[in-house]
Amino acid sequence: MTDTTKKIGLFAIVGLLIVLTGVIQSWNTALQILNMGLISAIMALGVNLQWGFAGLFNVGIMGFVALGGLATVLVSTDPLPEAWSAGGFRILLALVLGAATVVAAVLSYARLAKGKARTLAMLAILVVGFFLYRWVFDPAVEAVEAINPAMAGNIGGLGLPVVLAWPVGGLLAAGVAWIIGKTALGLRSDYLAIATLGIAEIIIAVMKNEDWLARGVKNVIGLPRPVPYEIDLQQSTAFVDRATSFGLTATTASTLWVKLLYAGLFTVVLLILLWMAQKALHSPWGRMMRAIRDNEVASEAMGKDVTRRHLQVFILGSAVCGIAGAMMTTLDGQLTPGTYQPLRFTFLIWVMVIVGGSGNNLGAVLGGFLIWFLWVQVEPLGQALMQVITYGMADDSALKAHLLDSTAHMRLLTMGLVLLLVLRFSPRGLIPEK
Amino acid sequence: MDFLNAIVALSNFVLIPAIAYGSQLALGALGVTLIYGILRFSNFAHGDTMAFGTMVVVLVTWWFQSMGLNLGPLPTALLALPFGIIACSALVIGTDKLVYKFYREQKAKPVILVIVSMGVMFIMNGLVRFIIGPNDQRFADGERFIISARDFKQMTGLQEGLAIKTTQGLTVITALIVVALLFWFLNRTRTGKSMRAYSDNEDLALLSGINPERVVLYTWLIVAALATVAGTLYGLDKTFKPFTYFQLLLPIFASAIVGGLGSPLGAITGGFVIAFSEVTITYAWKKVLTYLLPENLAPDGLVQLLSTDYKFAVSFAILVIVLLFKPTGLFKGKSV
Repeated sequence: MTDTTKKIGLFAIVGLLIVLTGVIQSWNTALQILNMGLISAIMALGVNLQWGFAGLFNVGIMGFVALGGLATVLVSTDPLPEAWSAGGFRILLALVLGAATVVAAVLSYARLAKGKARTLAMLAILVVGFFLYRWVFDPAVEAVEAINPAMAGNIGGLGLPVVLAWPVGGLLAAGVAWIIGKTALGLRSDYLAIATLGIAEIIIAVMKNEDWLARGVKNVIGLPRPVPYEIDLQQSTAFVDRATSFGLTATTASTLWVKLLYAGLFTVVLLILLWMAQKALHSPWGRMMRAIRDNEVASEAMGKDVTRRHLQVFILGSAVCGIAGAMMTTLDGQLTPGTYQPLRFTFLIWVMVIVGGSGNNLGAVLGGFLIWFLWVQVEPLGQALMQVITYGMADDSALKAHLLDSTAHMRLLTMGLVLLLVLRFSPRGLIPEK
Repeated sequence: MDFLNAIVALSNFVLIPAIAYGSQLALGALGVTLIYGILRFSNFAHGDTMAFGTMVVVLVTWWFQSMGLNLGPLPTALLALPFGIIACSALVIGTDKLVYKFYREQKAKPVILVIVSMGVMFIMNGLVRFIIGPNDQRFADGERFIISARDFKQMTGLQEGLAIKTTQGLTVITALIVVALLFWFLNRTRTGKSMRAYSDNEDLALLSGINPERVVLYTWLIVAALATVAGTLYGLDKTFKPFTYFQLLLPIFASAIVGGLGSPLGAITGGFVIAFSEVTITYAWKKVLTYLLPENLAPDGLVQLLSTDYKFAVSFAILVIVLLFKPTGLFKGKSV
C-alpha cells in the first residue's frame, strides 16, 4: 500500500464514520461532529506547529483557545458607550499603567548596576506601580460593573462582523504568547510545560473573575452569527419550498443548512491554514525548525538563533489555537468561561496530535477529526456496553445503577487508553512524519 | 492588647492555614521530586494518583463509619489510610509494569515519558470519576476543633478568636512524622542509600551492583504512600473533589521546582514558600492593619492584594521569579 492510498484510506474511514453517524443517529449529530472536528483539526494544527515542528511542549492550549473566545466577545458584541464614559477609559489607563510598571521594573533590572540598589529600585517600582494601578483600576471597574449588571456590566464590544473576530482572536493569542514566550522559552522543556499549564489557568481565572471584560461567569450569550438564523430561514418561503422539494420539513432543513454553512466557513479556514502549514513545513524555514528540534546544539553551531525561532513558532502555533477558539465561540454563540477545562481543551488536543502523527500536518488534521469523533461517540457506545454488561443484574441493584450512571466518565478512560496504545505500538502516529 | 489581637488574627487567618496547606503541598511535592530524581520525568499524573489514593481512603472510611468503627476525637480516615496506601501502591506499581517500564528500557526521552504520564493521568482521572463520581465528598468526622474561636476568646479575654481545626493539627503532625520517616529511610537504610546513589549517577549506581528495578519499585511505593497521605490530609482539611486534585498539580509542581526538582529538602521548603505566598497575598489585611495602625490611618478597603480566585497566579508568579533568578531552584536541583 502506498503512502497516498493509506492517507486517503484513513481520511475516507473517518468520513465514513461521520456519514454512518448521519445514517444511524441523525444528520444533525453528524454535522455537529463535523463542525467541531474541523475546529479540533485547526487546534491540532496549531499544536503540531509547536510540538511537531519545533518540539515545544505547550500544555496551555486551553488558555489560547479561551483568548480566541474572548476576542469574539470583544469584537462582535454591541458597543456600550455608557460603560466607556463611566470608566472604560480609566480601565484602559490602569492597564497601561500596569504594563508600564512591569516594563519599568524590567528596564531598571536590565540597566542598573548589579547590587542591593538595583533590587530595591525594582521592588520600589513594582510596589508603587501596583498601588497606583489598583487606585486607578478599582473605582473604574466598580463603575462599569454597576451599569445594568443583569444584562451587561461589561465594557461591551466593537459591534463588528463576527468573522473578523477570528483573525483578532489569533492576534490576541499571539500577543499573549509573545509575553509568555519571552519569559518561559529559555527554560527547560518540562518547566515550559508547567509554565504554560499555569498561564492557561490564570487566563481562565481572569476571564472568570474580571466581569468588566466579558461578564465573567455570568457568561455572554446571544453572540452575533456569520450565518442566517434558523427562524428567519423557516419564515422565508423560498427556503421552505426548496426544503419541501427535498422532502424535508422546514425545521430540520434550517438546522441542517445552518450547520452546513458553518462547516463551509470552517473548511475554508482549515484549508487555508493547512496549506500554509504545508508550505511552511517544506520550506527552508520548516527544515530549520526540524533541525532545531532534532539537535539544538548542532543548529546553534550552524548559526541558528534557537530561542528566537522557538519564540516565533510558539507565537504562530498559539495564534492558530486562538483562531480556532474564536471559531468555536462563534459556533456556540456564547462565551462561558466556566466550561473551559484542561482535560478537554489542552490534553485532548494533545491526544489528537499524538494519535494523528506529530510532525505531519495531515496527521494532525486526521487526529483532530478521529479523536473528536471518538470523544463524542464513546458515551453512547459506553452506554450500550454497560447495558450489555449489566444485563444479567437485578434491576434494583445499586451496582447496576452506578455503572449506568458512570458511563459519562468512560471517555476519559478511553482517551487515555488510546493515547497509551498509540504511544506504545505506533509512537509516530497514524500518518507518520516523512 | 491591640498588638496581641493583631497577632492572633494573623495566626488564625494566615499562619495556621498556611502551615497546614504548606505541609500538604510539601508532601505532594516530595512525591513529584522523588519521581523526578529517580525516574527522571515530571509526572503529570501525580494529582490524580493523590485523588485515587484519597478515593480509596474515602470509601473505606465510609465503610468503617457504617460499621460504627471510629477513633473517637480523631477522624476515621486515619484508620482507612493504610488501605488507601496499599491500593494506591498496587495501582502505581501496576502502571509502572504495564506502561512506564517499556519506555524506561527503551531509554526514551524524558518528554516522551511526560506525554505518557498524560495518558496515565487521563486513565486515573477517568477511573476516579468512574468509581466515586465528579462531585464533592465529605468524609471528615471526629472532633472538629482542637481550640475553637469561642473557647480561645474566653480563655484569653482577647477580641480575636484563634481556631485550630483538628485536621490542621493532624496535618502538621502527620507531615512531620512522614517527612522524618522518609529522611531516615533515605539517609540510614541500604535501600534509601541506593536510591540516592541511583538518583545522583545512574551509571555508577548500576556499576556498583544496584538493582534498578528494585530502586524503581521502592520509589513508587514511597510515592504512593506520600500521595495518599497528602491527598487524604488535603481532603480532610477541605473536601474531596477529583477536579481539585487535578488542579493541585500546579502548586505542587511549583513547590517542587521552586525548591529544586530532585531535592527532597527543596520540595518541603518550596511547599511552604508557595503556601505562605498564596495565603498572604490573597488575604484581606484590613483586620490586622486596623489593630496595628493608629486610628486615623486605619484602611477603608479590604487591603487585599489579589482576590482569592487568583491563587494560581501567585504560585505561578513565584515559580517564574525563582526560575528567572535561580534556574535550578532554591536548593540546587537536577537538570536533565
